[in-house]
Amino acid sequence: MALLEVDNLSKAFGGVKAVQDVSFAVERGLVYSVIGPNGAGKTTLFNLITGIYTPSEGDIRLEGQSIAGIAPHALALKGMARTFQNLQVCMNMTALENVMVGAHLQLDRNLVKAMLRFPGLARRDRELRDEARELMRFVGLESYWNLGASSMPYGALKRLEIARALAAKPQILFLDEPAAGLNSRETAEIDELVRKVADNNVTVVLVEHDMKMVMNISDRILVLDYGKKLTEGTAREVRENPDVIAAYLGSNV
Amino acid sequence: MLPQFLQFLFSGITVGATYALAALGFTLIYNASNVINFAQGEFIMLGGMLVFYFMQAGLPLPVAVALAIAIPAVVGMLLEKLAIEPARDAEVVTLIIITIGASLVIRGLIQIWLGKGAHSYPGFSGSDPIHIGGATLLPQSLWVLGVTALVVVALWYFFSRTLAGKAILATSCNRLAAELVGINTQWVLLVSFALSAALGAIGGVLLTPITLTSYDVGIMLGLKGFVAAVVGGLGSGLGAVLGGLLVGVIEAMAAGYISSAYKDAVPFILILFILFFMPRGILGAQVTERV
Amino acid sequence: MSGVRRHYSLMLLAAVLLLLPLVLPNNFYYDIVIRMAINAIIALGLNLLIGFAGQISLGHAGFIGIGAYASAILPTHFGWHPLLAMAAGAAIASSIAAILARPIFRLKGQYLAMATLGMGIIIAIVIKNEAAYTGGPDGMPVAPIGLMGFEIAGEKQWYWVLAATLLFSFWAAKNLIDSPFGRALRALHGSEVAAQVMGVDIVRYKVAIFVLSAFFASLMGSVTAHYIGFVTPNIADFFHSIELVTMVVIGGMASIYGSLIGAVLLTALPQALSTFEGWETVVFGSILMTCMIFMPKGLVPTLAARFGRNGREDP
Repeated sequence: MALLEVDNLSKAFGGVKAVQDVSFAVERGLVYSVIGPNGAGKTTLFNLITGIYTPSEGDIRLEGQSIAGIAPHALALKGMARTFQNLQVCMNMTALENVMVGAHLQLDRNLVKAMLRFPGLARRDRELRDEARELMRFVGLESYWNLGASSMPYGALKRLEIARALAAKPQILFLDEPAAGLNSRETAEIDELVRKVADNNVTVVLVEHDMKMVMNISDRILVLDYGKKLTEGTAREVRENPDVIAAYLGSNV
Repeated sequence: MLPQFLQFLFSGITVGATYALAALGFTLIYNASNVINFAQGEFIMLGGMLVFYFMQAGLPLPVAVALAIAIPAVVGMLLEKLAIEPARDAEVVTLIIITIGASLVIRGLIQIWLGKGAHSYPGFSGSDPIHIGGATLLPQSLWVLGVTALVVVALWYFFSRTLAGKAILATSCNRLAAELVGINTQWVLLVSFALSAALGAIGGVLLTPITLTSYDVGIMLGLKGFVAAVVGGLGSGLGAVLGGLLVGVIEAMAAGYISSAYKDAVPFILILFILFFMPRGILGAQVTERV
Repeated sequence: MSGVRRHYSLMLLAAVLLLLPLVLPNNFYYDIVIRMAINAIIALGLNLLIGFAGQISLGHAGFIGIGAYASAILPTHFGWHPLLAMAAGAAIASSIAAILARPIFRLKGQYLAMATLGMGIIIAIVIKNEAAYTGGPDGMPVAPIGLMGFEIAGEKQWYWVLAATLLFSFWAAKNLIDSPFGRALRALHGSEVAAQVMGVDIVRYKVAIFVLSAFFASLMGSVTAHYIGFVTPNIADFFHSIELVTMVVIGGMASIYGSLIGAVLLTALPQALSTFEGWETVVFGSILMTCMIFMPKGLVPTLAARFGRNGREDP
């Protein structure tokens, strides 16, 4: 059984069908990419799977269980984490605290214990601090750990979101354009980071515009166009598909 | 039975019309700047107090009324220019506190200038009540309703038929886009505050012969105007008018049939019910957020 | 943060509270300091809601009023022990907060402002109108409070009770902010959607912090009532709510020492303004506006930024 299965998924906003009858499955341990021209419905697809939007039709299953319409915070419990195309970093917190929020569900969230700083809770918090620093090192942000998120550069914030998502110890990680707005050197670093994540046994679902990166690291690729599935396959199959070439006419596929 | 009902209805729509004007003022400013202007009620107070003052000073009614609307409009513009504009990017709470500060300043100045007493002046067309179905209606109520109706029509014309009105609408939809097509959004803000202050003042000018006024009436009237704006669905002009009338009528009915001691609580009980059961108000828009 | 550094500022606060009686000349000054402490504790609770969680309450005086009148009415009319009455008040205030909060927190900020404002005004009107129990607009006396024969009386005793409460509140608030619960709160202020995908049930957290701040407001309402020995409906009215929000915002949102500074300043201000005979309201309003226009983030964060503690804000 595939880790994630999407069946005939559709979403309409008023009269606009942003996602139409899309089906695919993601096997455990793969890097699975979703590509398509602007407005193809990639981010909407992500928002549907991660519970931000409720599907108009169709089903989504994680480990065989339907998760369509479940609230995002409940999906996090099931081992789902994501990053955002337009950053959603908490600018009122430090970089490290942002990462620590990622571990929210693994911690004792009791209000009274927190106010009275119960020893167990305090100890776990100190451990978490070290783990979060370790994660920041993993994504290459070691030097920023004590800085306010609001004073970090854009490229670093992109990676901070990845670190935060990893802190949740997800089984499946959705990355929404992690390289958008980055220069080629930074993109190469993200490329490498995504590989490292996948090597750590986290299934990665990726939306990305940078074709070089997608073709490089994806095990399978789903191509969307106008909200519909155009094709799905390995990098080579996708690259050679005439429909894909037509959809991307003039672009660098 | 019926005469009593009519009586409550008349007083309800009369006060409701004033709430509607205040609610329109809230809506205008909210749309143009996302600010909830807690000084709105003070413009209602200013309208009544200024007419009283200028009539005392011997000015004829039309002049007094004109001044009592023009001065608050200028105060509104000053408020925008000196207090709101410099703090544009502040958080909602900060802006709320600025407008509360402004309301205290306005109220304090009037208290020093015109004292703490309650004032009134005669109705515009005398005070011989008109009898309808056993209930009585003051001529001044007709003034309130007539002028409110005129104002609503004029506003509708302004927003749907004039370039200036459309510029304000465009700014409320998307400030940046409006700026890109060459709309002077600073000017729009200024006009919105002036207009909204004038609307409040008109309400005060019209209502005072019926209810009396004093330096401290603004806060309750303003808060009820805010309730009316939210009842109508914050941001909708038609909603504000309906909300105002609804709040006025329900308040009058509750005061008449249930308990006059709890009259002032009624609008707030109403708003809690509405927020619980129809959270976007009667005519509020549905919004989807983009992430 | 190491154990010692964590408590630096708390130790400083403790030292100030210990030494303060040495310089307080008479009961008049004790009285002002006690009121400052009460306001600081309420402002602190409100700051958790406004500054840290990013929500608005314009009706918090309503909760204070519930606590104050529970402590006034239950012992006087029903013979309850004052401590029990205090607990009952806090329970009522938190229940009202909880019932109100669930539906309201699904909405955006402006609606929350409206709902809390409405709730506060309704509570104030009920207090004014139910004169048989509350004494109406004239208010009513409150029995003294004590435990096992010991009764708190006089400014000096109240000072120590409130100094201890203040210290405890700041310690607890600091702990809370720096805990998983507190981080979740701040995260939902920073980005609701990010907090959600990290597993934070945002409505639950907003409700929890709203209820908590209502609980503490009610307790402090009871304390105020017992301390003054008399309550009037003014304690619950809209202006008191605004005054409290102003303390939070002027001191600095999301800064716990901001709440302290804000409470100290705004409690002292009316005393200072009494020389302005008649102009108090105008001066008070002008100060509010000026502070907010030139320091929209509030005093403590603005000053902290100026003196070079770049970005990293110690909550």
